[in-house]
Amino acid sequence: MSELTEEIIKAEGLTKVFNKSLTAVDHVNFGVKNGEVFGFLGPNGAGKTTTINMLITVLKPTEGKASVLGFDIAKQDNNVRNVIGVVPQEYTADEDLTGLENILLCADLYGIPRDVAKKRAMELLKLVELTDFKDKKVETYSGGMRRRLELACGLINRPKVLFLDEPTLGLDVQTRAATWDYIRKLKKEYGMTLFMTTHYLEEADALCDRVAIIDHGRIVVIGTPEELKHSLGGDIVTISIKENADVSDLIRTVEHVKEVKNDDGSYRVKAEYGEVTAPFIIEALRSKGYTVTRLSMTEPTLNEVYLEYTGKSMRDTEESREAFRAQRMTMRRARAR
Amino acid sequence: MSKLNEYHPSRLHGIWALTKRELKKWLKEPIILFMAIIQPVLWMGLFGKAMNLGGMFSGSNFGNINIPNISLPGYAVIPQYTSGNVTIPGNVLSQMFQPMFANLGPSVMQNIFGVTDYFGYMSVGMISFIVMFTTMFSGMSIVWDRRLGFLNKVLSTPVSRGAIIFSKVLNAALRAMFQATIILILAVIFGLQVSSTFSVLNILGVYAAIFLLCVGLSSVFLALALRSTKQETQMAIVNLINLPLMFASNTFFPISMMPEWIQAIAHVNPISYLTDALRQLTVLPLDTSMLMLDFTYLSIFAVVVSLIGIALSWRYLTK
Repeated sequence: MSELTEEIIKAEGLTKVFNKSLTAVDHVNFGVKNGEVFGFLGPNGAGKTTTINMLITVLKPTEGKASVLGFDIAKQDNNVRNVIGVVPQEYTADEDLTGLENILLCADLYGIPRDVAKKRAMELLKLVELTDFKDKKVETYSGGMRRRLELACGLINRPKVLFLDEPTLGLDVQTRAATWDYIRKLKKEYGMTLFMTTHYLEEADALCDRVAIIDHGRIVVIGTPEELKHSLGGDIVTISIKENADVSDLIRTVEHVKEVKNDDGSYRVKAEYGEVTAPFIIEALRSKGYTVTRLSMTEPTLNEVYLEYTGKSMRDTEESREAFRAQRMTMRRARAR
Repeated sequence: MSKLNEYHPSRLHGIWALTKRELKKWLKEPIILFMAIIQPVLWMGLFGKAMNLGGMFSGSNFGNINIPNISLPGYAVIPQYTSGNVTIPGNVLSQMFQPMFANLGPSVMQNIFGVTDYFGYMSVGMISFIVMFTTMFSGMSIVWDRRLGFLNKVLSTPVSRGAIIFSKVLNAALRAMFQATIILILAVIFGLQVSSTFSVLNILGVYAAIFLLCVGLSSVFLALALRSTKQETQMAIVNLINLPLMFASNTFFPISMMPEWIQAIAHVNPISYLTDALRQLTVLPLDTSMLMLDFTYLSIFAVVVSLIGIALSWRYLTK
């Protein structure tokens, strides 16, 4: 690596087919820029973890190629492993060992000498606020603490790219928000590029600079959360009138209104700049003698984006039994204490 | 300017780090060690001591046998007599045979088992028993490693795939050797008599033999464990084959006493060779050519089977 590549992670036609029949990831193309947080958003079984497993060299792609920091994930896999950090979906820390022992084990796996490893471990423990618990067995840790320990383990080799697979799976809302803070802090402290997967919309919205929505192994759209929301064509204004008449066409004549749907007397209006357009809609209705009884406005969330691009809301899909069991186990362990 | 991580794990470093983890976990749960030890100890105490084969053939057991008077035609005793019978009273007979019977038991034992005491024979077999069990179950931990995501995590670090496999094999061997030592010490406490050819050097031979069997057996079971998604599957397989494998070997009884079809199995069963090597090195007067045969077989077994096992595991880990 002589010069900094603009695209830290690059995937071209990346494909994984299991048992010659189950296509988990289907010709995926994307690039992750230096220093950004890139998120893969999709329901369970959409191919997020398979993609991450290919990028971290645990699985070999069936077709296509990808590179991390310019290293080919298939041909230069050992170079890739050296420059990345991984925070898996599961709790991989050994329950029988203490927090510190676990971090030192990770350090050993990277061949970091003991003295350097100890210094880094103490630094990382401080960063994730586990210093006081470093000599306690991991089985006494709460879900949030375990997650932080995993973060610390993933950073022991000072990675240039950190991969996070479902970083807050199974955590309660408060712990989740706290974990987001740690992730932001880590990113700021180390200036890393982050690649994460999640099936929580709020998480993608809160953490990611750019999001790729993935469904059935295919990327349906990529963009910043703002771009994606904006691409829906603006806000949703919901209006009800007293009279029993269809006023869809009337509303459509108002400027900036893009779409109107009559939902049993309640009109779902998609409009750019909803807060400016809404008064004009009321005005138009009044001038024709209608009485507006209700008006509400929602800014689009990633949920609407998701709905728009995949045609369905986040759903639970059938997936491999083992993956399902692993996920259940993570959730159970997260909630164990 | 991005710089590569300055540290790289050497192959040995990776193996040692992963083996250390396993051993640490093991030492932190002494109950597992205790449970593993207790079973062969029970066998040794209950079966080895209760099944007193040596005692069965002892002189005192024959002494109680009521030997009837024997009448013989006179000419059979002294050819000149052509008529009449000679009667030898039973108590005279019994007195005459008593010393012969007293020697009969030990010599029957010696001829069949090679030692005069069954306990000595089977307690060494128990070392094979614990080695086999420990090795077969040791692969199981990788099922957990995979389910808990640890395996994937290690796969994403620069540790070589070979180190992952070999650390498991090494761990199995170390555990087995440690437990074998405990069993051997307990056997001596319970009254095991070592042969006159026994020396401290033989202990090294014992470890070498155990190591060879462990390497072969644990590689196969590791490959099996990697493919079985459930711990229960692995359990079932181990339970299905361990007892037959043990009984179709010289762990409890000499192969020469078995029906031919069991002999056929026992002669290819590596457990037989391990057990014989252990006996040669401890309770039997050392027969060097037998020992060489045992070690040759165990070495071939270790190399061939571990190559197959490692190849299978390797293919799984780099899929």
